[in-house]
Amino acid sequence: MATTQKLNLRFSWEAMLCVVLVMSLGLGRGLSAEFLGTANVSNLLADFTEIALMALPMTLIIVAAEIDLSVASVMGMSSALMGVLWHMGLSMPLVVVLVLAAGILAGLFNGLVIVRLGLPSLAITIGTLAMFRGFSYLLLGDQAIADFPASWTTFGISTVGDSFLPQPFILVIIAAVGFTVLLQSTAFGRSLYAIGSNQTAAHFSGIDVARTKIKLFVMSGFMSALAGIIYTLRFSSARGDNGEGFELSVVAAVLFGGVSIFGGKGSLVGVLLSLLIIGVLKNALTLYDVSSEVLTIVTGLLLLSSVLVPNMAERLRAARIKRVMAAKAVAAR
Amino acid sequence: MHRNIKLLAMPVLLAALLSATAMGAGIKKDLKIAFLPKQINNPYEVIADNGGLEAIKEMGGVGKVVGPSDAGASSQVSYINTLITQKQNAIVIAANDANAVVPYLKKAQAQGIKVVTFDSDTAPEGRALFINQADSESIGRGQIQLLSKLIGGEGEFAVLSATPNATNQNTWIKWMEEELKKPEYAKIKLVKVAYGNDDDQKSFVETQGLLQAYPNLKAIVAPTTVGISAAARYISTSPKKGTFVVTGLGTPNQMRAFVKNGTVKAFQLWDPGALGYLAAYAAANLASGNITGKEGETFEAGKLGKRTVGKSGEVILGPPTTFDASNIDNFNF
Repeated sequence: MATTQKLNLRFSWEAMLCVVLVMSLGLGRGLSAEFLGTANVSNLLADFTEIALMALPMTLIIVAAEIDLSVASVMGMSSALMGVLWHMGLSMPLVVVLVLAAGILAGLFNGLVIVRLGLPSLAITIGTLAMFRGFSYLLLGDQAIADFPASWTTFGISTVGDSFLPQPFILVIIAAVGFTVLLQSTAFGRSLYAIGSNQTAAHFSGIDVARTKIKLFVMSGFMSALAGIIYTLRFSSARGDNGEGFELSVVAAVLFGGVSIFGGKGSLVGVLLSLLIIGVLKNALTLYDVSSEVLTIVTGLLLLSSVLVPNMAERLRAARIKRVMAAKAVAAR
Repeated sequence: MHRNIKLLAMPVLLAALLSATAMGAGIKKDLKIAFLPKQINNPYEVIADNGGLEAIKEMGGVGKVVGPSDAGASSQVSYINTLITQKQNAIVIAANDANAVVPYLKKAQAQGIKVVTFDSDTAPEGRALFINQADSESIGRGQIQLLSKLIGGEGEFAVLSATPNATNQNTWIKWMEEELKKPEYAKIKLVKVAYGNDDDQKSFVETQGLLQAYPNLKAIVAPTTVGISAAARYISTSPKKGTFVVTGLGTPNQMRAFVKNGTVKAFQLWDPGALGYLAAYAAANLASGNITGKEGETFEAGKLGKRTVGKSGEVILGPPTTFDASNIDNFNF
């Protein structure tokens, strides 16, 4: 009974997101004739590459009722590290491997501290948000490293043939498929919903909660490092402040996608729709010369609505149940 | 072919001269010129942008200001892409990152959009012209010349800079030290370069520290608008007010009260409004085909008169203005 209700609610949220997406696309087309042009669609997709890469593991983490606020700092640290290693004279493939490894280590650190010390991930990752950002400034200071090989930076700004698909976006598609399968059709994915709904129950039903959580943070570290690499290549600029503040966009996209901040609820399809909607709205409004402050307000309102609407629906239902119960109690007396 | 263009250009030139308006020679009507500051709502950039809009209005063009609300490496890129989609005639940009925007500005140039940088340059391949406020050498040397006048040619002084890594300030300080090597400044001694990190509180505390550490200190030179006003605020409430010299780079509005109450005798800055004004004229002349950005080319810049393109596409606004009690009320920025 409870499960079907949950499924219904989720389905309706995703259905609503589909409607919002279609409306946003209509708005974009209405505001500018250039909106659906190849170049513009390409820019639109490219703009949220890094946010999407980090939102995928974040969805899994929030489903398991945890959070990783250090993602953007890991991304910045990876960018800085990439610059430093490249300047040390290492070859690009080796640089990429080392940066991804560093991302895994950063995620492992998060996971171990949270699990071993049993502390809330919110507090720990606020700490590592500052710490990893500190490392990235330590690595590069105020410098920017820009002399990456053209063959690599071209990948960052090119599309697949003459199509609208930015080359780095292929990674988003691959990762999206991978994470969707992982969350929606594996035992691991189902264990995340169990942990997010009731950790103690999950533990007693034989799920290794600690190990699962460490895996999640490692994935997050890896994907954040990947985002850092892509970002550095797209802008051919390794800087310590790269991606500053992105963690909020990532969390916003996940929550607007219908994932409950309390865990246990949500799907990757919703998050992917949410990413598209935010991307489309931002692009369409910018094209219409709407100022960036207003854009920030729009994103804020989207986020608020994603928390408020389901919450209010829940309250209304709870109030109705209470009334019915009270009426029954009166009748029984 | 070349001659043909000249022949064609002649009547246009004549018409422009005959029309005897404030318009520059042969500037096309209805040019779409967009200003892309580092960050909207940055007070300095707002003045520069307004100067640019004023010039665009004079020329009968359509001007606008768009830009991000944060100064991250990539945040200007989506605006550049949007301006390309909107088919603007020219983009005037103060770059947040010298390299991150270059591939996208190249894309704009490939589509016939003229690119001018001001305030903060990009790598040369990203733009046709860079409108520089004043060359670093004349700013640095000018500060020492003004200081010498204010302290009567002898005494100890300290520099209150921005961050230890700030490129602008460091170059100016280097030229200050260079100027100090001249025999006429033999009795002037730079005792310390302190860093207020362009933070009002920190600059205030650093000023206090300098006065305590160097009892014979006669002057503070702060080549940053944040530093100079913090130093002036500290001195204005200390017994040394009126005898201790505070100078550097500041805006008239920020320093007016301190000049009026005798804390500050004189300070310098270029007029950011004129910088934007010049950048707009440069962009319009490029977009009208009057110039291409080669060294030695000249163009008319409205009320600023004729300007020459210098080495590597640089156009210099001119030496900084010195503000004191006699002229400060003529400036409002």
